[in-house]
Amino acid sequence: MEKTRTRKTTIDATGIYYRDLNAKLRSLVSQGIEDIEILNAYGQRYIGTDLNKPVTIEITGTPGNDLGSFMDGPTIIVHGNAQDGTGNTMNAGKIIVHGRAGDTTMLSARGGEIYIRDSVGYRAGIHIKEYGDKIPVLVIGGTAQDFVGEYMAGGVLVLLGINVENHPASYIGTGMHGGVIYLRGRVEEHQLGKEVGVAELSETDRVTFTRLVQEYCRHFGNNAEDILKQDFIKLYPKTLRPYGRLYTY
Amino acid sequence: MKTLVPPQFRVVRDPERCIQCQVCVNQCSFNAQYFDAEDKVVRTREENCVGCHRCAALCPTRALTITRNPMDYKANLNWKSGDIEDIWRQAESGGMLLTGMGNDKGYRIYWDHLLLNASQVTNPSIDPLREPMELTTYIGRKPDRVHVSADGVKLETTLAPQVKLEIPVMFAAMSYGAVSLNVHESLARAATEMGTLWNTGEGGLHETLYKYGQNTIVQVASGRFGVHSKYLHAGRVVEIKIGQGAKPGIGGHLPGEKVSADVALTRMIPRGSDALSPAPQHDIYSIEDLTQLIYALKEATNYTKPISVKIAAVHNSAAIASGMVRAGADIIVLDGLRGATGAAPKVIRDNVGIPIELALASVDSRLRQEGIRNQASLVISGGIRNSGDVAKAIALGADAVYIGTAALVALGCHVCQQCHTGKCAWGICTTDLGLTRRINPDIGAQRLSNLLRGWGLEIKDMLGGMGVNALESLRGNRLHLRGVGLSDTELEILGVRMAGS
Repeated sequence: MEKTRTRKTTIDATGIYYRDLNAKLRSLVSQGIEDIEILNAYGQRYIGTDLNKPVTIEITGTPGNDLGSFMDGPTIIVHGNAQDGTGNTMNAGKIIVHGRAGDTTMLSARGGEIYIRDSVGYRAGIHIKEYGDKIPVLVIGGTAQDFVGEYMAGGVLVLLGINVENHPASYIGTGMHGGVIYLRGRVEEHQLGKEVGVAELSETDRVTFTRLVQEYCRHFGNNAEDILKQDFIKLYPKTLRPYGRLYTY
Repeated sequence: MKTLVPPQFRVVRDPERCIQCQVCVNQCSFNAQYFDAEDKVVRTREENCVGCHRCAALCPTRALTITRNPMDYKANLNWKSGDIEDIWRQAESGGMLLTGMGNDKGYRIYWDHLLLNASQVTNPSIDPLREPMELTTYIGRKPDRVHVSADGVKLETTLAPQVKLEIPVMFAAMSYGAVSLNVHESLARAATEMGTLWNTGEGGLHETLYKYGQNTIVQVASGRFGVHSKYLHAGRVVEIKIGQGAKPGIGGHLPGEKVSADVALTRMIPRGSDALSPAPQHDIYSIEDLTQLIYALKEATNYTKPISVKIAAVHNSAAIASGMVRAGADIIVLDGLRGATGAAPKVIRDNVGIPIELALASVDSRLRQEGIRNQASLVISGGIRNSGDVAKAIALGADAVYIGTAALVALGCHVCQQCHTGKCAWGICTTDLGLTRRINPDIGAQRLSNLLRGWGLEIKDMLGGMGVNALESLRGNRLHLRGVGLSDTELEILGVRMAGS
């Protein structure tokens, strides 16, 4: 079932238990294979976890939870939907999903980039952080559910709102104390966490934002001009220390 | 602005002895001692004194005595001074009271109601000075049954990863940021020297300490600070922190003042930003979710390390622990009511959780009843003060214990409960570079090793007295314990008999 060419391999994941699939991936990567195609993924968890080389994994089907969790370098392309915990605590690399993703997408990530063509579930981008030039990026083509960007300590989160009338999420950016969210259209004040400020995009914001939109469009074939000319707002933390005055000594 | 709160301590300076050298001024990080430039004399701001004794300990002429301020309130068993002063503080600030260290309320300490046995006449005691004594402990999941080759020499069962401890006492999770790098280095070196483990806490592992990885437990908590592939691979054990005895059910806020350049780098957050650990891990809302994270970490470390899960001891710990074992935890850590913290809301520290002795007994019993006790090692923390507590914990069913406060006391901590201020005059619970220099890792590691060495000798003495030569013979053997001054219900939960019976 495997066709091994130089540095490129295809795995048919039909009926393979996740542990065996991941062991196989580890073994292939250690042999120096750089391009891996997984066909017929069917819920196998943790694909890409513990792979610390810049390999490319192209998945057809439906990978399971925690796709690319703790991942440190690979690029994963999914032709289908991703489940919960995509890019959980990831450190570096890229995940591109030609479909939608479930809850806790990119939870607590420290770096890397995730592009989701459609929408994501609840608690996306919770507690992503940044240090120096290590800035995680989550670009969502559609929208997200409640608690998106909660406790954000850094990073860039984009909600392009394609084919979305209104963003349904509440508690957006609750406890946010770092990073930035760019969001198409607007949201009601009651949808925002108390710690979130709203502003127009600055020149600097525009540079980052344009780059991310262009990359999104490169992956999914949308027209960047169409997206860029729409109205976007910037959500930012009002303070780096939202709970500094909560306590007495 | 503590306008109504009288000083807790009096600083008595003996004018005969004081040579005006200002050591006390330089040592006090709470500004309780100052030099009055106008009168050219050292004076005291007693309202700032926290009773840490740093000035008195370093005064070259022993001119200083710190005593409790004799200011008495009208005797009242209901309204004690602390209750009154806390209200004043809150009335002035409107905030939550914050505190450090463990619960100081005086809830029953069950260790002090449990007594160990010794051999007399009918069975011989063993002299550890003459005969070998075994404290070695292996933590990690044990198989349900073991297959040995036909010739009886080869183990055919594949064992889950095991970690060997020379002494069943490990250093509890205290994060870099809460404590200083010098404290981490002291713990890491002592653990390495003594063949045990130390725990990073949730603030990541400083680059310079990766070399102690084989004796390191790396923690993954809700903030996921400093968690990345290299960190996970560096440790010997990976620990998922769900809860902490000092503050069950709530998260942690490392204040921005403590997030120095180095702390920021290790945690990978901007300098000066608050480091907020949410109350739950947002990918764990159920036992099934816990399974998912446990196996994510096993995948991330290629099944080479035991995965530990730490919870605070709460009312239904036994049922939760059963779920944790079934979720795939190789080590379960229970942190009791008296477990300490770098900072916690006082109302939580003082009122939430259950004593570790009761939690340990009920979890061990429950796992035995369900026939899954072998599947996880049981580690406890929160109130271990001496080797007697360790021996009693092992007899109640623990595989090993963690010490946090005891380790800090070995480093010089005077338990003044000011950890949350970041101003620790002993240089322990602070990231202020002027203060952290007060801990010398060479001396710190030595003192911690000494403590474990002393406890090891004492445990061997107790074992010998009981007539056993291996800690394994004491483990979970509650017949070696008797209770005093306990009700029938307490004895039943602890699974020990009344002394004399």
